[in-house]
Amino acid sequence: MTPTLGLRTIVAVVLLLALVLLPVYVEFTGSRFLLTLFTRIVILAIAAVSLNLILGYGGMMSFGHAAYLGIGGYAVGILAYEGVVTGFVQLPVALLVSALFALVIGALSLRTRGVYFIMITLAFAQMTYYIVAGLARYGGDDGLTIQKRSQFIAPINLSNKVQFYYICLALLFASIYLVWRIVNSRFGLVIQGARSNDTRMRAIGFPTYRYKLTCFVIAGTLCGLAGALLANHTDFVSPAMMYWTRSGDLIIMVVLGGMGSTFGPLFGAVALLVLEEVLSGITEYWQIILGPLLLLIVLFARGGIDGLLGKVRHG
Amino acid sequence: MTLFIEQCLNGLQFGLLLFMLAAGLTLVFGIMDLVNLAHGSLYMLGAYFAATFAAWTGSFVLGAVLALGATLLVGMAVEVIAMRRLYGRDHLDHVLATFGLILFFDELVRLIWGAGGMSLPLPSWLNTSVRILPGVDYSAYKLSIILVSLAVAAFLYVLVMRTRLGMLIRAGASNREMIGALGVNIKLLFTLVFGLGAALAGLAGLMQAPILTVQIGMGENILILAFVITVIGGIGSIRGAFVAAILVGFIDTLGRAYFTDLLRLAFTKETAATAAPALSSMLIYLLMAIVLVIRPEGLFPASGK
Repeated sequence: MTPTLGLRTIVAVVLLLALVLLPVYVEFTGSRFLLTLFTRIVILAIAAVSLNLILGYGGMMSFGHAAYLGIGGYAVGILAYEGVVTGFVQLPVALLVSALFALVIGALSLRTRGVYFIMITLAFAQMTYYIVAGLARYGGDDGLTIQKRSQFIAPINLSNKVQFYYICLALLFASIYLVWRIVNSRFGLVIQGARSNDTRMRAIGFPTYRYKLTCFVIAGTLCGLAGALLANHTDFVSPAMMYWTRSGDLIIMVVLGGMGSTFGPLFGAVALLVLEEVLSGITEYWQIILGPLLLLIVLFARGGIDGLLGKVRHG
Repeated sequence: MTLFIEQCLNGLQFGLLLFMLAAGLTLVFGIMDLVNLAHGSLYMLGAYFAATFAAWTGSFVLGAVLALGATLLVGMAVEVIAMRRLYGRDHLDHVLATFGLILFFDELVRLIWGAGGMSLPLPSWLNTSVRILPGVDYSAYKLSIILVSLAVAAFLYVLVMRTRLGMLIRAGASNREMIGALGVNIKLLFTLVFGLGAALAGLAGLMQAPILTVQIGMGENILILAFVITVIGGIGSIRGAFVAAILVGFIDTLGRAYFTDLLRLAFTKETAATAAPALSSMLIYLLMAIVLVIRPEGLFPASGK
């Protein structure tokens, strides 16, 4: 099978190369800001990739995905506050707690479907938000500053900005690969089958509830990883990380990039965050442009960026 | 005891206020099959309009009436410009498009009224307390919220169940093509229903405005509560929304008031004092989880949906 060199592939390769070479460009121009921005983009892209697994492939419209971002972040923040700075404890704890939350939330939410599912995941995420905002010991509403980034053994040093960027980028590539493998496995086919026709999948004999729950937990865990990275990136965690509008941002990234496509979430994350930067440079009231833009995208560009690129190849 | 009665009335008042918000949400969902996240923005607009009009006219009631009309118009305009194109599409599309509307409205409010927020002062005849029982005084304004909300609930019931318009609305909910084919102007009907939902949200917003400050994002927190209520009550069911709203209003208010004391029975004073705020804000979500485990379609699933 010879791979067709479509526009979609070219754009993906160019984007990946650009991401890999970005620190070199930054080194020459000295634009530290660009490196900070793109570290953020890469981390949020990991979260978008994880959401794409359940939203794009599994058809589970979770509106509470940012909860795991916050949980992963707070796992790092709270452990650091309590004096546990080694990343070998922080990271597993972040992943484990995110997985447990996803298990409980998923087990309850997946009993429902459609709009109920959207609203319930949203409500649970808000609940998590309020719990965290109520943690007076860890800053409550104001958040918690992280004095020291996760410590690993040498030569890994997260405080080195370029190294941290490359670690995030490597994890992004790994998560894109992981989701790609999952989707193309037997497990992934069951998940996608359940998206198109859940009743039929159950009639064939697949316990789709368990499959979907597993998928939900995997996505939650991966997003928890993104949260742990984000906490290290900003050296700060606050309940705002998991506010429901952040969940909305993640959905926008996935849909803007193209639901259920390999590189869509990455396209979406880059496009949305760069667009935010550009718009906020033009006017202070940039959301007044972004809002209607979203409406237009929903109305006229359902396939997202990935879909547009695919269309150009055929046309 | 006096305090307990007062807290119960507070719970009732909050529940009825939530009902008005949830009723609009569930009406729009039940009839147009549309998920409207921007419902909270209309609530916010209602409060801002009321604060502005009351300042212009110098009269609280006149300001409230004008604000109600303005929210109705904004709602209808939103339906004609944006929502109309979303009917029959995926729920995810609704979520995204209305999320875009939230961003737009929040920023629009910031542009027009500034980021500082506003306040809506009460007229002196409402800013008093009334003796409702021997020895029990209650805020006249909160009492009037309860009365207005009950009147609105009754109005909604009569409108939907007893009038020709309500009959068309119910018919439209069960089969929109059919009643369109029978010669009913379904587009206009939907615009009206959306406007009605918007006006309900606006009413809730303007009534809440004197109690809280009028600020950007005020609609978003309460929107989540309205979602919880529609889920508990059964999406599309106004009766369910009513029962669930009262339930949530009571649990939330009484939980905040008495949960610390309740925890103190089992734990130390310090543990109770630190855990209570977080736990009491969890209560309604816990209620939702329990309802979902027992009845995934909510307490009063709307028939035929």
